[in-house]
Amino acid sequence: MSRKPPRDHVAPVQRVRLRYSKRGRLRFASHRDFQRAFERALRRAGVPMAYSAGFSPHPKISYANAAPTGTASEAEYLEIGLAEVCDPEDLRRRIDEALPPGLDIVDVVVARTSDFADRLQASCWRIELPGLSPAQAQDPLDRLLAADEVFVERLTKNGLRTFDVRAALLMAQVAPADDETSACAILTVVLRQVTPSVRPDDILAALRSVAPSPVANGWHTPPPLVTREMQGPLVEGGSADAIVVGDPLAADREADQT
Amino acid sequence: MPTTWPQGPAQPPLAGSADSIFPALEALLPLVQKPIQYVGGEVNAVAADWDDADVRWALMYPDAYEVGAPNQGVQILYEVLNEQPGVLCERTYAVWPDLEALMREHGVPQFTVDSHRPVGAFDLLGLSFSTELGYTNMLTALDLAGVPLIATERDESHPVVVAGGHAAFNPEPIADFIDAAVLGDGEEAVLRLSEIVREWKQAGRPDGRAGLLEAIARSGVAYVPSMYDVEYLPDGRIRRVVPRQSAAPWRVAKHTLMDLDEWPYPKAPLVPLAETVHERMSVEIFRGCTRGCRFCQAGMITRPVRERSKAGIAAMVANGLAKTGYEEVGLLSLSSADHSEIAETTTYLADCYEGSQTSLSLPSTRVDAFNIDLANELSRNGRRSGLTFAPEGGSERMRKVINKQVTEEDLIRTVATAYGAGWRQVKLYFMCGLPTETDEDVLQIARLAAEVIRVGREVSGRRDIRCTVSIGGFVPKPHTPFQWAAQLDHETTDARLAKLRDAIRTNREYGKSIGFRYHDGKPGTIEGLLSRGDRRVGRVILQAWREGARFDGWSEHFDFDRWAAAADVALADEPIDLDWYTTREREHAEVLPWDHLDSGLDREWLWQDWQDALDEEGVEDCRWTPCFDCGVCDQMGTSIQIGPTDLGLPGLRVGESAEPPLPGYVGQPA
Repeated sequence: MSRKPPRDHVAPVQRVRLRYSKRGRLRFASHRDFQRAFERALRRAGVPMAYSAGFSPHPKISYANAAPTGTASEAEYLEIGLAEVCDPEDLRRRIDEALPPGLDIVDVVVARTSDFADRLQASCWRIELPGLSPAQAQDPLDRLLAADEVFVERLTKNGLRTFDVRAALLMAQVAPADDETSACAILTVVLRQVTPSVRPDDILAALRSVAPSPVANGWHTPPPLVTREMQGPLVEGGSADAIVVGDPLAADREADQT
Repeated sequence: MPTTWPQGPAQPPLAGSADSIFPALEALLPLVQKPIQYVGGEVNAVAADWDDADVRWALMYPDAYEVGAPNQGVQILYEVLNEQPGVLCERTYAVWPDLEALMREHGVPQFTVDSHRPVGAFDLLGLSFSTELGYTNMLTALDLAGVPLIATERDESHPVVVAGGHAAFNPEPIADFIDAAVLGDGEEAVLRLSEIVREWKQAGRPDGRAGLLEAIARSGVAYVPSMYDVEYLPDGRIRRVVPRQSAAPWRVAKHTLMDLDEWPYPKAPLVPLAETVHERMSVEIFRGCTRGCRFCQAGMITRPVRERSKAGIAAMVANGLAKTGYEEVGLLSLSSADHSEIAETTTYLADCYEGSQTSLSLPSTRVDAFNIDLANELSRNGRRSGLTFAPEGGSERMRKVINKQVTEEDLIRTVATAYGAGWRQVKLYFMCGLPTETDEDVLQIARLAAEVIRVGREVSGRRDIRCTVSIGGFVPKPHTPFQWAAQLDHETTDARLAKLRDAIRTNREYGKSIGFRYHDGKPGTIEGLLSRGDRRVGRVILQAWREGARFDGWSEHFDFDRWAAAADVALADEPIDLDWYTTREREHAEVLPWDHLDSGLDREWLWQDWQDALDEEGVEDCRWTPCFDCGVCDQMGTSIQIGPTDLGLPGLRVGESAEPPLPGYVGQPA
């Protein structure tokens, strides 16, 4: 072989954690689409990335719990390994400018703690249900919350799976849309991160299954607009009403200041 | 006349306004596969203001987004047009059947991905046809746009439908559906068309749509098929093609862009969010090819060779990488290793990007021009994928017929060097169904592949080397010496390939090291119909489309029986049929449907080259031997533009080779 041996990998000297959002029409990007877009943005922004070793070196990036294709998110997280120490805010601005509008870097911290993935315990989801009044949404929601178990089916990579959604549902409430002229219920749910994951569309499937007459009650088109608003550690306040999803970057920020 | 054809579906209700249809589309996107392909938002996409423009283009690549978005032709014209003051250009692609059904159900029209405007609201709809198999997708788009399929039924509220690309060199099969066809390089042609449309609009649209088409025809910038009558002989052959109005020239000539360094497009290549077939940036290093392979339409219609200088290439690579963030650069052309300064250029680029995780590729290379140093240079900074060589013809005799002047010795030597240099996998591309070909010619492929493996094992000292034989069916194309040839019927093609497959499989010593890939011959027969068809083939296309033909370039969507049945129905009253268009050899005197379209090639030279092919005689390349009078340069007033260039490459200082040129660097010569 005349080929050179694999180059030495570039070890990270700094790890940073980024919070990013997926908004508007770019919510239709799949996680793979996002990964390609993000890695190209890093190159355009000239971010000094650390690379893995081997014949096909890859930039050091760890992605966590990507929101499903088609759902928007204000709280996606990833971690990157850098070959040079960078200022977090400068990094945030550079990557954000290199990304297309709709994919936005909203927060960056230097990693000072371990077990970041374990801190992503739950997500708060906002589900807009156009054409459905809050009253129409309330009844099935009450039935769902009253049940001990509600099973739904979903086609996964490993075939059709049946699983319970109720145990993962930590909190749910219905409110009217901000502009009260349009008939649109806003459902807010907090879902625990479990395996297999319970996603907002599973909750909607469960609501449809417990609703007495889904079609008559408006549980059909147009498709709901789903946004992940928060993702992080569960901060429990004693009662179900007080469940709060915290900031998973807070621990790094605190460690940075001490 | 086509007006007797059945009418298409009713116009979608949203057509007619230029407002974004995105809210309506957005509700459908959760219901379709890969919705990201319909939302736009590419890095480097242009957001031009609708109201600031007085000439508005929609450009379509009539295939799926994943194929169309990387297309260089569309990306170049998109930028060239958007740079012009007062001109706006947006892009549109074929929608998959799942979205098409939903769009029909909900009345959502064909839209652009840039601003999601209805295609029917634009002044011009330009379609880039790399292949004839995109014709049915054009009909879907027109229909969804609410534009009448038949050009003569359109009024001045509809876009002018302009075809371009290689397939437009014989636009006769789609003559009833398009308003105009641009032959050759599009850069200057779209600017001239924009000017004509602007003047017509500013003058108050004199004589309506007819006035505009007449102005286009008179300018010679494009061929306007509706201004020509085609007369037929009783046996079905064409008697003559006659301009119907004095504005229409007897012959329409192709456009040739000279001095590629003056046209460094795309300057800001699009980076799609969706995954596409080419996940890399491309730089066109030259246009045209004079190798003279007789089957190759691209080589015939893009003459003469016009190289981009090495400094120009280096500047485009540096600028493009900075603006896209791609990890791979493809140096594109019809035969990239033929660039007169390819070795210097690739070494320079490999030095520049050493250590930057950036790889180079030469997608089209010839066996004889390729050397392994070049291959090693290319793989220096990136993954080592397989090498592909295209001897095209399996036997020495066949290669003489097609003028692919590669000897078996050349091929074996090149491939042996590749295996010796550590490459493990080599792909060999051949064609089946070439003129005068026999079973024996094709069976030679099995022998050649076995020899490649034998020598490869010897040179590398390993038994795990592989070679893949990939076969495509030959389709005779207009404006080539083989335009008169009979196409091999698909039954014989399939039988010949079955024999070849058996010959490879039964080779005990080498068979297991040889992969074999081929497609059945049926799609080639329909491509042949569409390639060399005349205006009557338009009825076949319309019939096949009405019966559901879509995405005919995709094997999972292509249906031969549907096309054969459509040909039977549409040509029932004619003395001709599918075989007449495909497996019939044409004579010298026959008027070919594209004879009035001027690619610059002298018809008599083409005929002589066809006779030379039958006599197994070769023709040299005019880049390094005297002109052989193909006619192009004289006819078009052009000349070969090749190196060496005296513009130096930007300086590269020793010890700093790990640094790619700075972002924003534009590569002025040092």
